[in-house]
Formats: sequence, structure tokens, C-alpha cells
Amino acid sequence: MWKSAEALIVAAALAGTFAAASVSAVADPASAKGEATKAGAQAKGEKAPDKDKARQAVNVPAAARPGVPPAKAIALGRPALPEEIAAWNIDVRADGEGLPAGKGSVKQGEELFLQSCAVCHGEFGEGAGRWPVLAGGRGTLKSDRPEKTIGSFWPYASTVFDYVHRAMPFGNNQSLTPDETYAIVAYLLNLNDLVPEDFVLSKENFPKVSLPNEATFYDDDRETTEKSFWKAAPCMKDCSGEVHVTARAQILNVTPDADPPKGNLE
Amino acid sequence: MPDNTFPRTGNSAGNGAAPALSRRRFLSVAGQGAAVSAGVAAAATGPLLAAPAAAGPDPNIVPVPNWSKALGAGVNVNPYGKPSKFENDVVRREVTWLTASSESSVSFTPLYALDGTITPNGLCFVRHHGGEAEIDPDKYRFMVHGLVDRELVFTLEDIKRMPGRVNRAYFLECAANSGMEWRGAQLNGCQFTHGMIHNVYYTGVPLRAFLDVAGVKPKGKWVLAEGADAAVMTRSIPIEKALDDCLVAFAMNGEALRPEQGYPVRLVVPGWEGNMWVKWLRRIKVGDQPWQQREETSKYTDLLADGRSRRFTFIMDAKSVVTSPSPQAPLKQKGPTVLTGIAWSGRGAIRRVDVSLDGGRNWTTARIEGPNTPMSMTRFYLDFDWGGEELMVQSRAMDDTGYVQPTKQELRAIRGTNSIYHNNGIQTWLVRSNGETENVEVG
Repeated sequence: MWKSAEALIVAAALAGTFAAASVSAVADPASAKGEATKAGAQAKGEKAPDKDKARQAVNVPAAARPGVPPAKAIALGRPALPEEIAAWNIDVRADGEGLPAGKGSVKQGEELFLQSCAVCHGEFGEGAGRWPVLAGGRGTLKSDRPEKTIGSFWPYASTVFDYVHRAMPFGNNQSLTPDETYAIVAYLLNLNDLVPEDFVLSKENFPKVSLPNEATFYDDDRETTEKSFWKAAPCMKDCSGEVHVTARAQILNVTPDADPPKGNLE
Repeated sequence: MPDNTFPRTGNSAGNGAAPALSRRRFLSVAGQGAAVSAGVAAAATGPLLAAPAAAGPDPNIVPVPNWSKALGAGVNVNPYGKPSKFENDVVRREVTWLTASSESSVSFTPLYALDGTITPNGLCFVRHHGGEAEIDPDKYRFMVHGLVDRELVFTLEDIKRMPGRVNRAYFLECAANSGMEWRGAQLNGCQFTHGMIHNVYYTGVPLRAFLDVAGVKPKGKWVLAEGADAAVMTRSIPIEKALDDCLVAFAMNGEALRPEQGYPVRLVVPGWEGNMWVKWLRRIKVGDQPWQQREETSKYTDLLADGRSRRFTFIMDAKSVVTSPSPQAPLKQKGPTVLTGIAWSGRGAIRRVDVSLDGGRNWTTARIEGPNTPMSMTRFYLDFDWGGEELMVQSRAMDDTGYVQPTKQELRAIRGTNSIYHNNGIQTWLVRSNGETENVEVG
């Protein structure tokens, strides 16, 4: 395996070469949000950082930055600028960490949802075609056809906020403002009968929202509940009585190729 | 040889652009038919005898074929080489009814036609959640931040200049592989039942190198891996795994990652479910708890019969499947037969694979051949003489932790049938006396 201690010695040697290099003063255009995707934000006279300079940019020696513990050897990578981190740091956790300031009402959310989401998810989150169903399904998790929706299955409302902002609307992701995202999440909570019609969701009241199925999740326990799958000497001979075919794939006939290949010994 | 000796089926509905499964492999080629029948007869009467003399000269020998008399193509007709045109049915395929759009879907590895242990780059199954991102390598950036001493940005050049580069072969299996089979046999072909797996030789730098340079703070217990695609795919990974064997990989089987596999950089998370191997990796954030992202809560959790759900079921348990014979690769002749398949385990190396021809009553230990390293695909063979009797073919993998691949019944007894993910139950193929092979369940 890779030995970090050894590699760091190499890195330390390299670090000396670049110790005097300075940090790029401008946010990296490849990571700054908007510049790559939104026309408006592009050319505000900002100069792209000099390519060679950016290439050589390395960490400022630890001594130059107060509050940073003494660096192990650093030769590669340069400090991330605050605006670069802000552009990509969009994750929201179950405890609310990462939620932006803002708010949105069920009513606003309904309008946005009908505009941007209902074409796939249905006006009431019932799903169109094979697109995900978002509402309903309470009490179905033990049934033959469980309906896993935000209300019936998802453990955390923060996941809805994170995902809607991150990856929705499908094909136009990260286009929603924080307020719009709060509004859509509020509407989805309302569709699942979790908040009233006049509810306004905000960063402040978000931690009070909990989803009904949260308590039913538990960490992987296969090594105890499936301990019987570890067997010293699995059976090799006469392990069962007569064996019969009990089900066949051809009866369902869902294989993409409509004309499955045949043997040639007819 | 004229093309018309290779009859093909037309494209079937719902199969997209992929050619339909060719019958070429399964139909006797004109001129060989006589030899085939004779061979079967010979095997039946005296297994050690060669096939009897042919009635007349084989037209593939007399006259001398054209390819032996006229010059062929030059060395660089295909600057990036491609398979023989006679292999053009060996392609990834979709199951279009599975998902709502091709940008958020899966195509399957044609396991039935492959051998050895390494999956060719162009045949590795593809799973996207927001389509294939196209990233200019000069514009690629990789950020490490959060609970670290130094928040850093790396270019692709930086990654390729990091000390400690490694080469490792690992399988990547989607947690949903065989997910359609929880309720019973559904899809006729190991491409569809087991094809959400590939095994690739990766080149990259241990994730640990980047975390060491950044300096993980003592409170850092989890990392969030994030992709740069339109799904901005995210997964939480425990810090122990991140510091153990995860790789920041930029090459597969010796060349740059394919775009559909995350070009220019993907995360490799050995032995753990494929969804965690974030493609187009743009960010690693260190935190003190998991992020409860969509793909680790509403998806990739295992709903059990009692209505409760397991989460963070990262490890892919030991599993195997016979790839030939299988529905897309039926038996063609009686007599000497090479049964083959693949086995793998996310917990370690495959120690043994047993094969049953009678639905699990009796087992024979198969021959493992080729590389047999931890968390990588292992190839097995069973050479046997087939007399034309009906077979119920199964394989059973064991890994070096002592885990034995369970039957589907054993799995369902514990988990029910709503799990979707982590179905590693023993597969049964029914081989009929005419060689046709079908996905069945037995009991």
C-alpha cells in the first residue's frame, strides 16, 4: 500500500522549489459558479488568471497565514479562494448546516412546481410516466408494491432541499434561487400533508420539520443479521431433495430482445 | 467467407441503436453442420476419439480462402482500433422500460460474450443520473475542503504530479445489479441480470495523499464526494475508507478514463457499491457526520419486509454468475463443454467457486484461472462432458472472510422482496436438451 510518510518526504523536497510562488488573486474561472454557465456573469472585465502563474501557484507557507497549523509538506494544489468554495459548497445536511438564507411559501411553491416540475412529477407529485412519485404512499412500505415518496420514505427534509437545488429541474439544475427552493420544498411538504397550506418554510424554521419515516432507518447490520451466510464448509453432496423449476423469466417476457437466441440441436 | 453464412436477427423494438443479439453464435455455420453432428455422435460413443473423417473437403479449406490470397487492410485504417465486424453484437444494451430517460439510466455489460477478468473499456456498463458530462481537462478542477487545515484546489496536472501513483484492478458493481430479480426470474440474459458490473485496471493517486496534504482535522469523520455532472452526484464516505484504499483515478486499463466513466477523474471505492465511485469528481469535503444525500437515503437504502430500512450498506457481498452457458450463450454441442463465469467480493478475495449442474443438490469446485486479487473479478471454469441432459446450472462464490454466496431463498427469508439493492443470490440457468438456456428459479 501507499505509504504517506514516504510520499511526503518526496513532497517536501518538491515544496522547496515552489515556496516563493504566490497565490492567484482571481477566482479560478473553471470553478467560479456562473462564469461557466451563465452568460450574464461572464465578462465583467475580469481578467482570467495568468495560466502559468495559476499552474505554479502553491500554498502560501503556513507561517504566512495566521491560525493555520504548521504544514506538512505541500507541493501541489493551491489554496481554494472563498468565492470558489462558495460556488461549489452547496450541500445541505440533516442538521440544517449548509442551508442558505431565505424563505418560500406553499403557494409560491405550487406556482413554481406547476411551471417547472409537474411535467415529470405530476401536478400533485403523483408522477408522470416512469418519473418519480413524490407524494402519497404512506403506509405502503410493507406492501407488495411500496410507494417510496418524500412523505412515506425519505428520512430528512434537508435532502429534498439539497437535491432540488442541486439537480432539479432535470436538465436545468442549479437554476433555482434559495427562496424558490424553499417554496418548492414547502409545496412538496404540503402535498405530503406535513405542513398546512399557509406554511412558509425558511432557514429558521427548517430544523423543526421532520419526516415521518426517519426512525425506521438503521445502519448496515449484515454482519450480525446475516451471520449465517458465513459458513465453514458449505454442503457439497445431496444438499436437497428433488429440485424443480418454480419460476421462469420467459413467462414474464420482459427481456429487451424479443427473439431470444435458440440452441441449435433441434 | 461470405456474410450470408452469418444470419442475424433484425433490430428489435425498444432496443435503441444497439444491434439485436445475433444468432450467429448459436446457429451452425454452413459447412460445419455435418462436422457438428458427427462430433456429437463421436462424443456419445467414444469420448476419446476425434470426430470421424468428413465426407468431403471443407469449403473453408478447399479452395484456399480469399483472405489468404489477397492483401488485407493497412496498419492504420482504424487509428483507434475496434473489434472485428463479426463481433458487432457484443455491445452494451439498455432495458428501456427500467427508467424514465436515457440521461438517467443504465446500459449493461455483455458478460455472456466476455472472458478473462478485465472488462474492455467500451463495454463497461454505464449508469448516469444526469447524462455524460463533457469536461475539458484543462478546465478540470478538484477541490478538497471542509474540516481540513488547508482548503485546496488541484488541476489535472497537479493530480498527475502527485507522488505515490498506483495501479489496481477492482470490480465496480452497481448496488442495483440483479435488482430486477428480487421477486423472481425476470430477464433472460446475464447481461441484464448481472451486467451492472465491470472490472477495470485503474491508475490513480490514493485519496489519502490529498487528504494528508490538506490535513484532516481530528473532528473529520466523513467525506462527501461530489461529481461535476448535471446530477452533481454526491455520496458520504466514512473517513476510514477514504484514508484506506480509495483512489482518485484518471486512467482505466491503461488509457484515459472514458467520458462515460467520468473523464478526466473518478473516485474508486474498492469493494463498495458503484454509486459511491463518483464520476467527474470535482470535490471532496471533510465533515463530522454523513450528509444524508438523496443517493444514500431515498435511494441505495434497503427496504426490508418489516418496513424498516438499512442504510449505509456500502459493501458488495460475494457473488458469482455463470456467463456461459446462459440465455444469450446457449450450448451448441454435446460433448466437451467449457462452463465459465465470474465471481467477486467486496470483502476480499474469492477463495473458491463451486458449480452445480443439478440446481444446487451437488456441487463441484470450479477451476479459478488468472488474477485472483481482493475486490477484483475472478474467472472460473468447469470443463465437463455434456450428454444432452437438462441442466440446472448454478455457481456459488466464497470469499476469504468465509462468506458464502446465499441462495435467493436465504436472502428473501431475511430481507423480503422489496430491497431492490444488494441482490447477490445464487442464479440458476436452465439448459434444455437442445442447448437453449433460460433464467429460472428452482425450489
